Parts: sequence; structure tokens; C-alpha cells
Amino acid sequence: MAGKEKRPYVSMKGTKEGLTLHLDDTCAYDELLKQVDELLTTTTRDEEGPLVAVHVHVGNRYLTREQEERLRDVIRTKKHLIVHSIVSNVMTKQEALEWKKKNEIVSVAKIVRSGQVLHVDGDLLLIGDVNPGGTVIATGNIFILGALRGIAHAGYEGNRQAIIAASVMKPTQLRISDVMNRAPDYRSDEGNEMECAYIDEHDQIVVDRLQLLMHLRPNLTRSERSF
Amino acid sequence: MGEAIVITSGKGGVGKTTTTANLGTALALLGKRVCLVDTDIGLRNLDVIMGLENRIIYDLVDVVEGRCTIQKALVKDKRFEDRLYLLPAAQTSDKSAVTPEQMKQLIDDLRQDYDYILIDCPAGIEQGYKNAVAGADEAIVVTTPDISAVRDADRIIGLLEKEEHMKRPRLVINRIRSHMLKNHDMLDIDEIVMHLSIDLLGIIVDDEHVIKASNNGEPIVLDPNSKASLAYRNIARRLLGESVPLMSLDDEEQKGFFSKIKKLFSAR
Repeated sequence: MAGKEKRPYVSMKGTKEGLTLHLDDTCAYDELLKQVDELLTTTTRDEEGPLVAVHVHVGNRYLTREQEERLRDVIRTKKHLIVHSIVSNVMTKQEALEWKKKNEIVSVAKIVRSGQVLHVDGDLLLIGDVNPGGTVIATGNIFILGALRGIAHAGYEGNRQAIIAASVMKPTQLRISDVMNRAPDYRSDEGNEMECAYIDEHDQIVVDRLQLLMHLRPNLTRSERSF
Repeated sequence: MGEAIVITSGKGGVGKTTTTANLGTALALLGKRVCLVDTDIGLRNLDVIMGLENRIIYDLVDVVEGRCTIQKALVKDKRFEDRLYLLPAAQTSDKSAVTPEQMKQLIDDLRQDYDYILIDCPAGIEQGYKNAVAGADEAIVVTTPDISAVRDADRIIGLLEKEEHMKRPRLVINRIRSHMLKNHDMLDIDEIVMHLSIDLLGIIVDDEHVIKASNNGEPIVLDPNSKASLAYRNIARRLLGESVPLMSLDDEEQKGFFSKIKKLFSAR
């Protein structure tokens, strides 16, 4: 069609971190891939050079896993390019719900007694005690307003940043992500009040004063949670 | 309509059966019509402690399976005219001979005729426990000041809290030895109550007379001079809704308290 120039669907920018591709989010996906391919082919030099990282912004387009893979394939075929990230502004409702669930504080008012297991997604705020033989599990942090005398497992799906805090910290076992720690064999009559447990730089669970958390885990303060 | 109370503990040997026998007797002494139900099928004891073993003809399983009426199976305790009855467990079958639904029906039938139905629960949390709890409106959890008994009580309370037809369970702490308590060799009563966080219905001191009385088939409650007897009577009164203060654990402590008050006054 003479005279009418095709609007480019892809714009490319070079930055300090490498290449950034901004992709149009309204056109057909096949068309888009074709243009990406063309653009990269015309701009790619054949000579040997350092590897260049590519950041892709797809705008308000939702990419299925398959579509994402196709996009990666197109970029990968160019010799010195590697896909560093693909960023989209949108996510499915299901993903959003899961994300919300993982970041929510679930509050529960009960005493977790011997033989009982309380398992939540996200952070757990327990208004009550965990008795010996009882277990609380959360994918996020665990905050216990009462006494922790049983087992607490924070960061259940592998979050090593998770913490466990309790008004009275006398657990039989503490677990954070894949690290475990048990109570000392001697029985102490110390206060163990207002304490928290976290993984330190030596991959050990340590128990310390609650007040230290604001320095150790500043992320705990948040009005809006980030990804 | 009578009230059905199950007496349970999780752990064995903490005094469920003794408590059932004595509370039942105490309630009968207070003029209530009481029926004791032994659900420990296969390992019945309640009849022995009540001294009624030789009068058993039919048992709970016979009733449930329709071989006789409830009235025929009930054993009357002659010491209380017609206020105290026992429904004995079967010795030949096992716990699976009865279902929770059958138990519920049975207890509901008994409700018509009695003020209180005390159900003696077997140890454990399996079928026998489920049967015992099925018909009850309320539970008394018996424990001793041992860490294992308290742990099992905690487990049982957790299970009882899931039963929606029941009121909140209440606690009886049995076999308290005051001298061990004083030396902190035993779990503290306050500690146990705080840990289990349920209402305390009563405490019973360890008393050799209980064993002797049980062996004679006479619940200790019938002996007015024993401390354990008084403790059981107090619990029975609390069940009736009276407010009775917890008894002090030993006489010396009481003396000490009074002398302290005296000192306080003489100091002025």
C-alpha cells in the first residue's frame, strides 16, 4: 500500500544496562514477533562482540507461557543477545489473587493445641497461644500475640527473609524456610518475652529482641506491599 | 431434661473413672437423680469402683443391640434409694460394638429420667472417645500435674472444642501433692490452668484413702472426713451452679496465712 507507512510496533533503546525493547500492546502477536525479528536482524552486527542484555517491556499485553517462550526464541536466535527480563503491566486474576493471598496478614483467634496444625498462606497473626505439640505454618511471617510453646514454621515455601515473633518465645522448634532450630535442652526460667527469630548471615536461626527487627527487616514496614 | 457430662482425659490412669464414680455419688448425695454410663467397653471398671460388679446382668452393648431395655440393664445403687444408677460397659465386646449415633440415642433416652448423666470415657482419642462424646453436652477434662497428662489434656481439649454441640470443657486437676507443689517439683496449678486456658472446676489432693475406698467398692465421697471427699463434693456443688472457693492445699499454709494477718494487726 503505497503512501501509507506501517506504524512500527517495536521501539528500541540502548541504555547502560543493554537494550530495551518497547513492544506495542494492541497489534497481533504474530505481527509483533515478525517485526521484532526484522528489527533485530537489521540492527544486529555479525561481528563478534560482547553479550548484550535485552529488557523487554510488553506494555498492557498478557503473555502466556508459550507466547513468552516464542518471544525469547526470536531474541535468542540473534547471536549476542540474551533476554534479561520480560515485563508486563498485567497479570491474570488468578495470579493476582494468589499474590494477594501470599501478601495478606491472616489473623486467627484461637489456641493451637497439641496435635493441631494451623496452616495459612501469607503472614499469620495469631491471637492466642501455640501449645506444645501444636504447629503453626505460614508462607510469610508469623506473629504470635500469645505464647509460642510449640512449633512455628515461617517462610514455608522458601522465604528466608521470613521472621517469627512472639510475646512469649518458648518454642519446641523454630523453622524458617529450610532452616531449623530447636529449643535448648536445659530449661531456662528467663523471660523470653517479646522476641523474634530470623535467619542471620551464617544461615542460623537466631532469637533476639523484637525491637531489632526494624533494622534487620525494614521491609516489615509497609503500607503497600511490593512484588 | 437431664444434662449429660462426659469425663475424659486422653491419658489413661489419671482418675477418670474415680472422678466419675465420686462426682456421681456426690451429686446423688445432694439429692439429684444420677445415671453413670461406663463407655469403656472391653475394660470396664466403674462397676468395680462403685461396688456393683456382682449385680450386672445386662450391659450397654445389650441395650444398644436391642437384647434388653435400658431399665433392665441399669444397676441400682441401693445406698441411694433410687437416685443413683449405673449402666455398665460390656466386658466381652470391644469399642467398635457401638457407634456414636447409637450412643447419642442412648444418652437422649436416659435424659428423660435423670438430672445428670455422667459418661466415663475410655483413654485415647479413638472410637471409644468418639462414642463417649457423641451424646454429651458438656465435658470435664481430668488431668494430673504431670507434663504428659497435661499434654494429652491439651490434645483432648482441642478435639472437644471442635464438637459444636458441646459447651466449653472444664478442668479437674487430680492427685495434687501439696509438698511437691511447695518445693516446685510439680507443675503449678496456675501454670496448668493458664496453659490449657479453660475454666478450673476443681482440684483434688492425692489421698491414699481414695485407693482404699475404691478397692472396697465405696467411693471416697461417702467418707466425710477425707480431703479428697470434700474436694469431690465441692466440684459437685460447682456443677450445680454454686460458687465454692477452691480448697486450700494444706493446713500449714492456712495457719501461715492467719498468723500473717495477726502480725499485720499486732504491728499497728
